[in-house]
Order: sequence, then structure tokens, then C-alpha cells
Amino acid sequence: MTATRTPRATPAAAPVKDPAPDRAGRLRRIRPLTLPAAVLLLLALLPYSALDVPVLLDGPVNSPGSLQLFALCLVFGGLALGYDLMFGRTGLLSFGHALYIAGGAYGTQLAMAELGLGLVPAAVLTLVLGTLAAVVLGAVSLRTLALGSVGFAMVTLAFAQAGSIYVERNPGGLTGGEEGLPLHVDGVPEALVGVQNTAHVYWLALAYLTLVAAVVWTVTARPIGRVWQGIRDNEQRVAVLGRSPFACKLGAFTLASALAVLGGVLHLLVTAGATPHTSTPEFTLTLLVMVVLGGSGTRWGPVVGGVLFTYLDQRLGGWNLGVEPMLFLGALFVAAVYAAPGGLTALGRRRSS
Amino acid sequence: MDTLVLLTLTGLGLGALYFLIASGLALIFGLMDVLNFAHGAFLTVACYTAWRTAGTVGGIPGLLLAAVVGTATGLALAVVVELVLIRRLYGRIKEQILVTVGLSLAVPALVQTVWGADARTFPVPDALSGTVGVLGARVPVNRFLLIAVALLVLFGVRLFLSRTRYGLIVRAGVEDRAMVTALGIDVTRAFTLVFALGGALAGLAGVLGGIYFGSLSPHQGTSLLVFAFVVVIIGGLVSITSVALSALSVGLVQQYANYYAGGYGDLAVVFLLAAVVLARPAAGTGSPLGRLRRALTAHRTHAAGGTA
Repeated sequence: MTATRTPRATPAAAPVKDPAPDRAGRLRRIRPLTLPAAVLLLLALLPYSALDVPVLLDGPVNSPGSLQLFALCLVFGGLALGYDLMFGRTGLLSFGHALYIAGGAYGTQLAMAELGLGLVPAAVLTLVLGTLAAVVLGAVSLRTLALGSVGFAMVTLAFAQAGSIYVERNPGGLTGGEEGLPLHVDGVPEALVGVQNTAHVYWLALAYLTLVAAVVWTVTARPIGRVWQGIRDNEQRVAVLGRSPFACKLGAFTLASALAVLGGVLHLLVTAGATPHTSTPEFTLTLLVMVVLGGSGTRWGPVVGGVLFTYLDQRLGGWNLGVEPMLFLGALFVAAVYAAPGGLTALGRRRSS
Repeated sequence: MDTLVLLTLTGLGLGALYFLIASGLALIFGLMDVLNFAHGAFLTVACYTAWRTAGTVGGIPGLLLAAVVGTATGLALAVVVELVLIRRLYGRIKEQILVTVGLSLAVPALVQTVWGADARTFPVPDALSGTVGVLGARVPVNRFLLIAVALLVLFGVRLFLSRTRYGLIVRAGVEDRAMVTALGIDVTRAFTLVFALGGALAGLAGVLGGIYFGSLSPHQGTSLLVFAFVVVIIGGLVSITSVALSALSVGLVQQYANYYAGGYGDLAVVFLLAAVVLARPAAGTGSPLGRLRRALTAHRTHAAGGTA
């Protein structure tokens, strides 16, 4: 970067970034789309496959059980990718992401059940309110950096804990306490309700993951993504160059939270209910584990981590190993921090190069 | 009046518990910049070993032995974690935090695998399960035990930090680790020491938490840890006394709000945290509101000034 040599070079550096794209540049811009498109096509066709995979799945690929598992994996892939917008791309270690996921799930559920809205208006209302809340809470959390970035981590954790306690207290019978709430099916379109329609829910989850990937990949490739990367690597330098780290970090926080709210809506639909577990700080920790396991700050890492972790978390219980799945996953994670510092995707890359 | 007394003493007892957890966290964080998520796991495991000991031996001797076993468990766990896991990642703060996060997920799962997911009853001797009349209020005896232990720990840690050579190194390390290293002092030994101290205090807190709540569960430590984090932020890293005062205020606010605000003590604590965070003079002076306004509008100059 020429801009790093002297601060005065900043205005001059900006136009250099987007010259008329030459042929190689254009190619580079198109080629990254082929792999995602192929993956997307493959995933979209899964419900048409009756393939039987003995140990890995309980039933054929297109059985409702398998499709629901896949849908959950995809939702977590999206959630992890959204979380990585803060963690891997901007260097913000938030422990309060669960607040927005639970907010999306419970908000949509309550808007449907209490206000009598349909799924889409309820989700939009929740998204708007959740984003506003993210702006306010994000501004408060980001002001705490007197303790370093860890202050941010602890304050977001405290906010999420408050939300979690609120959910578990079951105020006025609203949240259902520890039982959670079953999906309010009256508000949901018929095509998304019931076992026979699991494929539709699956496609919706795929659409969510696609949306998150499109947003995250696009935004991080833009100038603001560079600024986020700069903040992650050296915040002081970004400040000296005349950018406001606070505003940029708040932007990343808000965008990631909005994606999390949407993910909460999907989680509600896929699991057919709002569970208090989505609000706990532990839930955020699992997202962090997914991101690091797959490879933070990379295109595919968070998605791979989210899908793999969710699959193992769901399946390990069924294999009757006699231990809690989280014991295995936590140990795997600790081992991965040492053995695969850049995540699993980086492991593959290192071997191939 | 009697309600107020009961609430105050209960709040103080809870604050004592928070202090035991938060003091170790604050020392570890201050010295090593490690946000130790495994702290709650130390507490949980210590609580379970203490529960086994107290259940086997029984009575007051059982409880005393349980306290020793619990503290030793916390200490041993912390030392092992520091030496085996944290030390290899020296200088990589994020990875260190990630390892403790992994432990905080794996250890409760391990505890759950060994001792089951259901909450167990902690055997409290009769001498500690009764109540005492204070100004017309019936206050459980264990509150006084917690407060007394916390006071002892406070003075002990203060003495350690102010009167011993290692205390001096720890204090200097919190202020400026690079300078201590430059003076030829091996800070890594202080790391192990602080981790051991924090683990021992967490273990003790596990035993006292068992007595306070009368029960234990695999996720007990994790939920207490969140409030310990809050205590650390509110107290800042000024001194061990500031951590104690912060723990006290968090415990009291939680208890008062639980009673007077319809059971929302935990939320009140978070509001307290937000208020403290906003009001804390970070850079420059002025009212909290004015600072917030400036932060939202003219952060550019502020940020530039902060780095200059």
C-alpha cells in the first residue's frame, strides 16, 4: 500500500484503487464466482437426491431428517460467516452475537404470535428493531476500549447475558422460559410448515447462506472492507490516516448483527421454535469456535467451520460415544488452535501449495 | 428494615463470591492480557471435587477438607493449563483467549459426562445452614462466612502484592510488562504464579459458591464468570481494592434490584455496567453525555489525539 508510507498520500491513493479494470482484473473478478455457483447448484439440488449414506446420515439425503440437519448446518454456516465479519475481518471479539440471533428468533415469533403479523412483516419488523438495537448497544460497547479490545468483549458478553437472563426469566409468559416457544405456525406460509415441506425450509436456509456470503464477500472486497482490515491490523494507523475507526467498527458490528437477526429468523424456522439456548453466551462461543476452526478472515473458512461443527454437534450425540459432543468439539478446537492456526481451510491450502 | 438488612448482607455475600473470582481474573488479565474464559471451568471442577470430599467426610471437618481440596484443585488445574496450554502461545493474546474458550466449552461437558447434567445438592453442615438474627432480620450464616473469607483474601492478596518480591513483580508487570522484562526479570514465572493464585481463588470460590447456593451444576462456573467479567470492567484494573469495591457494588445492586425491581437484578447489573462504561473518563474531561455526543460526532479528532 502506498498509503502507508506517508499519511499525505491517502487522497492520492484512493483513485489508484479502482482504475479501469483490465482484462486480468476482470477475469479475477469473474472466476471467484464459478466455485460458489457450483457449490450453490449442488446444494440446491440436494433435495432431489435419494442417496443413502450409511454412517454419516440416518436416512437418505432427501429424507426430512437429513434435510433439516443440512438446513441447520447451512444456517450456522451463515451465522458463522456473519460473525466473522466482526471477528476475522475487523478484529472485533464480540461475545454478544447470540443476543441478535435470539432477538431475531424470539422477535419474529412474538411479532407473529402477539401482533398477528405474517412471517415476512414480522421478520422485517424484527430486522429493523434489531438493527437499531445493534447501533445503540454497539456504540456503547465500542466506547469501552479503555480496557483494550477485551473491554469490548466483556461488555458485549454482559449485554448478551442480560438478554439470556431475560429470556429464561419468562417475563409475563412471553418467552416461554427454559422451554422456549414452538413456532407460531399461523403466521408462517403453508409451504414452510410441516415435515413434507422440509425441502422448502432447506432452500430458504440455503438462500440465507447465499445472502450472507454475497453481502460479506462483496462488502469486504470494497474500500470499507480494506478499512476494516486496516483496523484489525493496526487501528492507530487507520485513525492517523483520517478514517474513523469507531464509525467503521460500528458499521461492521451493525451489519453483522443485522445478518445475525436474519439468521435468528432462519433458526426459528428450521428448528420450528425459539430455544433459550440461542440467547446464551455459550452460543456465541460456539460461533467463535466455528469461525476459528474453519479459518477466520477467509472466504470459505467460517462457512466450512459452521457446517462441520453443527454436523458433528448434531451427529455425535446420535453415535452414542458416551461423552458430551461439546467435550469432543471443545478438545478438537483447542487442538486446532495449535495444530491448524489458520483454520482447517488454511490447512488444505498449505498442503496444496 | 429487616428486609434491607437481609438484602444487604446477602448482597455482600454475593459480592464476596464475585470478588474471589474477579480478583484472579483481574490479575491474570492485568498481567498477561488474557481474558481467562476457563476461570469458570476451574471453579466448576473445584466445586465438584469439594462436593465429593464434603460428601465423603461429612460435617465441619469435611467442609474444611473440601475447601482445601477445592482450592488445591483450582490451583492445580490453573497451573497445568498455564504451563501446558497458555505458555506455548506466549505473545499471541487472541489464541490464548481462544484456548480458554475451548476449555470453557470442553470442561463443563467433561463434568457433565462424569457427574451428570442435573444439579447436585452441596452438603452444608448444620452449623452453617442456620440463620442469625441481625437487626430483626434472619440472615443465613453462610453470608458471614463468605464475607469473612473474602476479607481475608483481600488482605492476603494486598499483603502479597505490596510486601513480597513476587507481588512487586506482578504489580510492575501489570503496569509495564516490557519494562520488567527489560530489567532482566523472568515475567513468565510471575505468569504461572498469577495463574496459580487465580485458580486457587476460583477453587475457593467454587467451594463457597456451593455453600452459598446449596447446589452445584456443570454450568455454575460459567454463569458466575459473566458477572466476574462485569466486576473486572467496573473495577478497572486500578487495584485489588477497586476490584473488591466493584464486586461489592455489583452484588448489592443485584440483590436490591432483585427485590425492589421485580427480579431483574441481573439486568440492573448490566445497566450499571453500561452507565459506568459511559461515565468513565476515557480521554479528556466533561460530562458523560457530552463525551458520548463528542464520541458520536467528532471522534476523528479524538482518535487522532489519542494516538498522538
